[in-house]
Amino acid sequence: MSDIPTELKYAATHEWARLEEDGTVTVGISDHAQSALGDVVYIEAPELGLTVAAQEEAGVVESVKAASDIYAPIGGTVCAVNEALTDAPETVNQDPYGDGWFFKLTPTNAGDLDDLLDAEAYAEVCDDED
Amino acid sequence: MADKTPLFDAHVAAGGKMVDFAGWMMPVNYGSQIDEHTAVRTSAGMFDVSHMTIVDIDGPDAEAFLRKVIANDVAVLAEYQALYGAALNAHGGVLDDLIVYRLPKGYRCVVNASTREKMLDWFEAQALTNMRIEHKPQVMLAVQGPEAIAKLIAATDLTQLNIKPFFAAAHGDWLIGRTGYTGEDGVEVMLPVEQGLALWQALLDAGVQPAGLGARDTLRLEAGLNLYGQDMDETTSPLISNIGWTVAWEPAERGFIGRYALQGERTAPAHKLTGIILEDKGVLRHDQPVQTDAGPGLVTSGTYSPTLQRSIGLVRVPSGANGECSVDIRGTMKKARLVKPPFVRKGKILVN
Repeated sequence: MSDIPTELKYAATHEWARLEEDGTVTVGISDHAQSALGDVVYIEAPELGLTVAAQEEAGVVESVKAASDIYAPIGGTVCAVNEALTDAPETVNQDPYGDGWFFKLTPTNAGDLDDLLDAEAYAEVCDDED
Repeated sequence: MADKTPLFDAHVAAGGKMVDFAGWMMPVNYGSQIDEHTAVRTSAGMFDVSHMTIVDIDGPDAEAFLRKVIANDVAVLAEYQALYGAALNAHGGVLDDLIVYRLPKGYRCVVNASTREKMLDWFEAQALTNMRIEHKPQVMLAVQGPEAIAKLIAATDLTQLNIKPFFAAAHGDWLIGRTGYTGEDGVEVMLPVEQGLALWQALLDAGVQPAGLGARDTLRLEAGLNLYGQDMDETTSPLISNIGWTVAWEPAERGFIGRYALQGERTAPAHKLTGIILEDKGVLRHDQPVQTDAGPGLVTSGTYSPTLQRSIGLVRVPSGANGECSVDIRGTMKKARLVKPPFVRKGKILVN
């Protein structure tokens, strides 16, 4: 059973989002996603300043097995990317909700977070896939 | 509903993540594919390959049959010697690659799981009068790595194992071949279904790491070995698939299927299958377009190499292509270089 913290919001495409105190939103992939991907070996991060809409492509994560697109869970402008993943992509497997975060967005509308799934609804998405 | 090998429950118990592969539920990994890969390169790992198709062929016409359907020549085999080869169609395309063991009584072929029905049908269609084809379900375990043979001896009643590479030996009702698909020393053990679980458990107790399809793919790619259906298929000849060496042209009067079609390509094949290393960051994948000094090509297999810690692959390019090239990865041209496979053998990196 994968770890699904209740304080986060989730997209059905397996990204998590967390509203920070400074108003930015941190994005990563869920424990379920990293487990399904297997050993992560490369991250293609979005460019700083890129403006994305919700569900728009915002990078790629490659495991030994396959490449998967990362989607922006909500609309916004990329204001930080996790450069530590360039040299240590395995952090995504080891700490998907912590040091394995992908990027931060300045949200177009922070209220859009309410449209995402809560932990319970996301757990159902994962169960349906297993 | 996908088939299960006799070791299905043992995989699940070992934490195997089961996926449908060619109609079989097989472990893709047991946690970390990279750890499993490293275990095979440095110690010992084991793969359940019971999904592969074991076909025993005997009778007076068995040899003539195999000399017809396989481009390599089984007539050169000594007793218990093994040979790698390709079965071709009339156009010289590869129907499958397989290993043939010469046994005291007849031959044993091991063909791919993904081609089972096709190859059983093909063999039946090409069969000669005085021979018998028997598809025999067995448990087949590949135990691979520098410590594989020592651990197999520790785990069984074997006291020693003196088998030369690409030979086999009988041990009771087991057949042990010193063959594999990893670029490491090791064996492939074929044994009756009811004994399979006990051997798996004994190897586990001896410290052999279970390894899944994921590690099997990265290991074979580092070893420069083709995967049927990906690096070659019915539209590609062995001559452009880096296995031209398996085509036995002598004796000239042996008319194996596909020979006539291959003749024209023999002196100057237009393409070759070779190795590629990505210089930039990223991961090579099947079907990515490549630009070389001699024209365009395609990546046939690509992955991240745990041993080289960069991406490697196999690529089909014009015969004259060499050196630097570029790969289109999601619209971005990345720097790469053509190299002669294998990338890794016996734990050692063989490319720059």
